Amino acid sequence: MRSGGNGRRSVAIALASTVVFFVAAGVAITHAPGWPEVRSQFFDWHEFKATFPEVARAFLLNIKIFCIAEVFILAFALFLAVLRSLPGPVFFPLRALAIVYADLFRGMPTILVIAMLGFGAPALGLSYIPKSVTFWGIVSLVLIYSAYVSEVYRAGIDSIHPSQEAAARSLGLSRGQTLRRVILPQAVRRVIPPLLNDFIGLQKDTALVGTLGAIEAFQQSQIDTNATFNFTAYLSAAVLFVAATIPLARFTDWLVARDRRRRQAGGVA
Amino acid sequence: MRNALAVERLTKSFGKHTVLEGVDLAVGEHEVVALIGASGSGKSTLLRCINLLEPVDSGRIFLAGEEITAARDVNRVRKRIGIVFQSFNLFPHMTVLRNVTLAPRDVLGLSRAEAEARATELLKRFGLAEKRLDYPDRLSGGQQQRVAIVRALAMEPELMLFDEVTSALDPELVGEVLQVIRELAQRGMTMVLATHEMSFARDIANRVCFLDGGRIVEEGPPEQMFSTPREPRTQQFLERIVAAKRL
Repeated sequence: MRSGGNGRRSVAIALASTVVFFVAAGVAITHAPGWPEVRSQFFDWHEFKATFPEVARAFLLNIKIFCIAEVFILAFALFLAVLRSLPGPVFFPLRALAIVYADLFRGMPTILVIAMLGFGAPALGLSYIPKSVTFWGIVSLVLIYSAYVSEVYRAGIDSIHPSQEAAARSLGLSRGQTLRRVILPQAVRRVIPPLLNDFIGLQKDTALVGTLGAIEAFQQSQIDTNATFNFTAYLSAAVLFVAATIPLARFTDWLVARDRRRRQAGGVA
Repeated sequence: MRNALAVERLTKSFGKHTVLEGVDLAVGEHEVVALIGASGSGKSTLLRCINLLEPVDSGRIFLAGEEITAARDVNRVRKRIGIVFQSFNLFPHMTVLRNVTLAPRDVLGLSRAEAEARATELLKRFGLAEKRLDYPDRLSGGQQQRVAIVRALAMEPELMLFDEVTSALDPELVGEVLQVIRELAQRGMTMVLATHEMSFARDIANRVCFLDGGRIVEEGPPEQMFSTPREPRTQQFLERIVAAKRL
């Protein structure tokens, strides 16, 4: 147990070392030979004020992409994880398929998948598939992130002790009922923090859809930059991305801390 | 007397390790059979095989005369046999009431009202009525195990299996769980219990079976088994129990 005095002392030390660090870093940067140039190129206040509203409007598309992709990722990844947890030799092909899928889409750079689908699919010229690059960007993100998220789900499923399944099956519940009522509700609860972590990554990767030409925040800031030869518009986009991810990051921290408190409180499984 | 349960020449091995080597056991209706023996003698595996939680290698299992050894529909068999485990295995994300009503609703197709009425009555009978809306981690080990018994009873099984249900409990909590089992015996429930509680086995069982090395080495009425065991291995086992002051 920390006493009050000790606590105040720790805060003071943390505060002092933080101030020293940032002052030193600030001095080093502002005394760099190229600083005046960088400052006018990246930190132009007027440019910031001029570009921010436009970039913020474009950022709404990032939020839209994120929200749509997230819903499909949560569902599709769960489906993949369940496929992979099916027992017995009968289900081997399905398990193998799920493993190949995860290997493939975790191995490929996101930007590559986005480029291939975003440029490739519309080029097929099929009238019955959408031509919108945003659509294909979302599809790519769903494909990639489902591979990651299915692994997270699977870790959660694996973490549930087999005795839970035995208890459920012994009551006469079918395999499906056991999964739905007993295994998944516990598994999902356990993996919420790592799931949110992946979604922080997804929030940022929505910017990659811009490479297809969709006018989202990054693409908009690039347009502004090209028009004025000033990079401050990037700063506008950066501020927006950070502002959007911080609440999610803090929420994740809070959940992790709560989970740890619960387990340390001596919960019996 | 018709057999509620019959097991014939049951064998089961895990890899190279043989756990059951031809077990024969018949349990009459309303009979209480206690399985005793050292850890690893096959008591738990036998119970798990009866409930089809473990597939057997050979031998046959009959429930009320009907062979269930390789039953197509295991769920139909399991809803007739209740099992309670050493480690309770309550569902931690559900309240006590939900733990008890889950299978009656999902497996037996009872309405919510019917299932809750049945659960509430059982919980009341075993002194757990006030706990019905609590989560399992708020309960003592003894209370959790009693809920686990109630959860199995809510399926109205014709046979109950108890797998060392007091082994994970603090000594002062053992009594309340044994009391529940005693009440079930008085009401005529057919039961097979694997137990380390020798005095309880002597009190409650109609018949005691001593398992060693995957076989039932000796069986008989409790008075005879505990006072004049015939087999040397039974004698040795009971001597060790007495030496450990557990009998």
